[in-house]
Amino acid sequence: MTRESKSVTLSGKSITRFRELGLLVFIVILSVSVQLRNPEFLTFENINDMLTNTAILSILAVGMMMIIITRGIDLSIGSSLALAGMVSALTVSKYQNLSPFAAILIGIIVGLGCGVINGLLISKGGVFPIITTLGMMNAYRGLTYIISGGRWVSAHQMPAAFKAIATGKILGINNLVFISIVIYIIFYYFLNYTRTGRKIYAVGSNPESAKVSGINNERILFMVYAVMGALAGLAGVLWVSKYASAQGDTASGYEMNVIAACVLGGVSIDGGSGKVPGVLLGALLFGMLENALPMINVSPFWQKALQGVIILIAVIVNVLVKRSVDRKNLMGRKL
Amino acid sequence: MSDYVLEMRGITKSFPGVRALDGVDFGLKSGETHVIMGENGAGKSTFIKIITGVHTSDNGEIYLYGKKVNIRNPKDSLDLGIAAIYQHSTGYPHLSVTENIFLGHEKISKRTKTIQWNRMHNEAEEYLKSLGADIDPRVQLGALSVAQQQIVEIAKALSTNAKIIIMDEPTAALTRRESEQLYKIVDQLKEKGTSVIFISHRFEDMFRVADRVTVLRDGKYIGTWNRDEINANDIIVAMVGREISQIFPPKKAVIGEELFRVENLSKTGYFKDISFSVHRGEIVGLTGLVGAGRSEVCQALFGIISYDSGAVYLEGKEIKVTSPLQAMELGIGYLPEDRQQQGLILNWEIVKNITLPTLEQYSNRGWINPEREAKAAEEYSKKLNVKANSVYTPVSSLSGGNQQKVIIAKLLSAELKVIILDEPTKGVDVGAKVAIYEIINSLAEQGYGIILVSSEMPEILGMCDKIVVMREGRITAVFDGKEATSEKILEASMSTKKE
Repeated sequence: MTRESKSVTLSGKSITRFRELGLLVFIVILSVSVQLRNPEFLTFENINDMLTNTAILSILAVGMMMIIITRGIDLSIGSSLALAGMVSALTVSKYQNLSPFAAILIGIIVGLGCGVINGLLISKGGVFPIITTLGMMNAYRGLTYIISGGRWVSAHQMPAAFKAIATGKILGINNLVFISIVIYIIFYYFLNYTRTGRKIYAVGSNPESAKVSGINNERILFMVYAVMGALAGLAGVLWVSKYASAQGDTASGYEMNVIAACVLGGVSIDGGSGKVPGVLLGALLFGMLENALPMINVSPFWQKALQGVIILIAVIVNVLVKRSVDRKNLMGRKL
Repeated sequence: MSDYVLEMRGITKSFPGVRALDGVDFGLKSGETHVIMGENGAGKSTFIKIITGVHTSDNGEIYLYGKKVNIRNPKDSLDLGIAAIYQHSTGYPHLSVTENIFLGHEKISKRTKTIQWNRMHNEAEEYLKSLGADIDPRVQLGALSVAQQQIVEIAKALSTNAKIIIMDEPTAALTRRESEQLYKIVDQLKEKGTSVIFISHRFEDMFRVADRVTVLRDGKYIGTWNRDEINANDIIVAMVGREISQIFPPKKAVIGEELFRVENLSKTGYFKDISFSVHRGEIVGLTGLVGAGRSEVCQALFGIISYDSGAVYLEGKEIKVTSPLQAMELGIGYLPEDRQQQGLILNWEIVKNITLPTLEQYSNRGWINPEREAKAAEEYSKKLNVKANSVYTPVSSLSGGNQQKVIIAKLLSAELKVIILDEPTKGVDVGAKVAIYEIINSLAEQGYGIILVSSEMPEILGMCDKIVVMREGRITAVFDGKEATSEKILEASMSTKKE
């Protein structure tokens, strides 16, 4: 019995690794073909650049993944990101000596506030996530304009320490990349090895059954939106620091990129399924596209369109590979 | 020249790793109702899917009116005049009854190339009337009851001039009265010369509608009998391959002190003045027709729905249950009627399903311990004899009976005192039923108080120490298990006269 169950665990694990295989293959093919056209692509510097640019997207994608697993969606993150970024930028422009950690904390708190409002409306109020966050998207965006009075906070108003958040290094790795690695490690363990993580999947897979099993669905829903908000807040500070400017229309429409990265990473919009490594690959592929297309001299007019097409192809390839892996697994199943 | 409308010879079908059908022979006579019986996993569904073209057989021949035919896909089957009706409607709930009936073969005016709505509505009404149903063809399908939706599907089959109608467990979701109406419709179809293949678990169905019965077991053809040649016991023997001298195992539990008491529980529109008590080791049956409010009472006791007034006592202390979580913490467990929707997370492994309600036991400060989890799941699977490769098998690949055992395992892993079982053997084959009865008895022996909700008379009579009968949200009778008879229960559960 034990030996049998062990072999099944092993093959079970190899499936999940295989499941992202399509995506990995696609990334390799894409890098090789871009590399052939522009040898600058796979240099240390460019890869470093690419990772730095993808860090914020990837941070947001983990939060979004949790929400999509619970069958929800959050369209307000671009706005809450902007709001959090603006609040922390305004604060540091006024109190120049504020520690960067405090600035980050302020951003996280503002974002958490936005997430808590979303979470309350969705879990306690029972409003559909898409409606709630569509409404709050505009509300938070409007708030950003109101508190800034429509003005920008530009580079010269920010203290050097604040701008260094995005440019500094820890252990030789750019801060943004470092933060996102830490977040990925935390969420990998959180989703796979904690009770709450398990409950998130349960609520998304079958809400009714989860309820009958004694899970407080509302609390789980509230939590995922609150966490998403906090991540958006963190991302807001990082964004403003990276671009050294806070604007009313910061990250406008960025939620769509985040959702696209999740879908690329194999997160099912039906809920219940989605893995941290998959989302990481999804975000990386998305970041690569942003970087690679300009490098092979695709005209800016074509870049967006091409990006969309490649995303679709990647999703299809991933689905096809998944299916054939699943089929092979079924074939090998002993009955 | 055979006298069969549909004849199948040596049908064989294998799926990866399993031979679902192994040389099955079958003959359907004109105008007969032919019931196919067999345990879950006997190959009934696969067999039907071969006739309807969902699967193609690896081997074997199909003859229609003596001519060899090739059914490669569902469209071939429809074109040959074969229609199938399933337990749950496969129609479109947001379209009208007429649209559902004529979907795919709408009446189009030759001249204007537009849909002739009036003609379609009228014809739809005729079909429905010919089935003895009073259904407005203009209403949305979704607004009808399950039974009415089935009738619409039958009307649809008639509208396509189907000569062979297959019904796959049609009575599983129907009340007794609705089943009776369905039997009448089957009789009418027979008079019209339509041949019906009727798949069922229920002996009642078989004795009521069958001309002939075919039994399948483990994908093999066991035999075909005329209805009057065979009795229930013979069929059980044919279905399970062994004699079940006693479906209901003897109960050895000793009934102890009072454990759980419900007093005057009421919820407007659902149930009123519900009072009963459960002792340690006692199995209390809660029965009545579908819609009598049994499930609602149980859901209120488990905190899924709220109740307006009344009191619930557990071990003498009054409790107020407001959520399933709280109910489980207090020691009340619930096995939902709809096991796929409420009981399980189908795409999850057995182990994750079993430990879901009691993750606290398998974790340290929120961190799950996978080894401890797997060990417990293995222990429970072994105890309840869950048949699976390992505890990492997804529950979706288990049979109904084994899925039910997994849900019971979920309950056992929690520290419970009272267990509410809502139709625990629904859609489960005979062999697995016996296994579940044995489990229920052993739970009683361990001192649990058990509330068993069931529509199946033999189950209630065979298992329960006390029987509570409900009708229209009220308790109409309480019997001692030894004194109760099916007549008494039926009388209490059906309104004999209108007050």
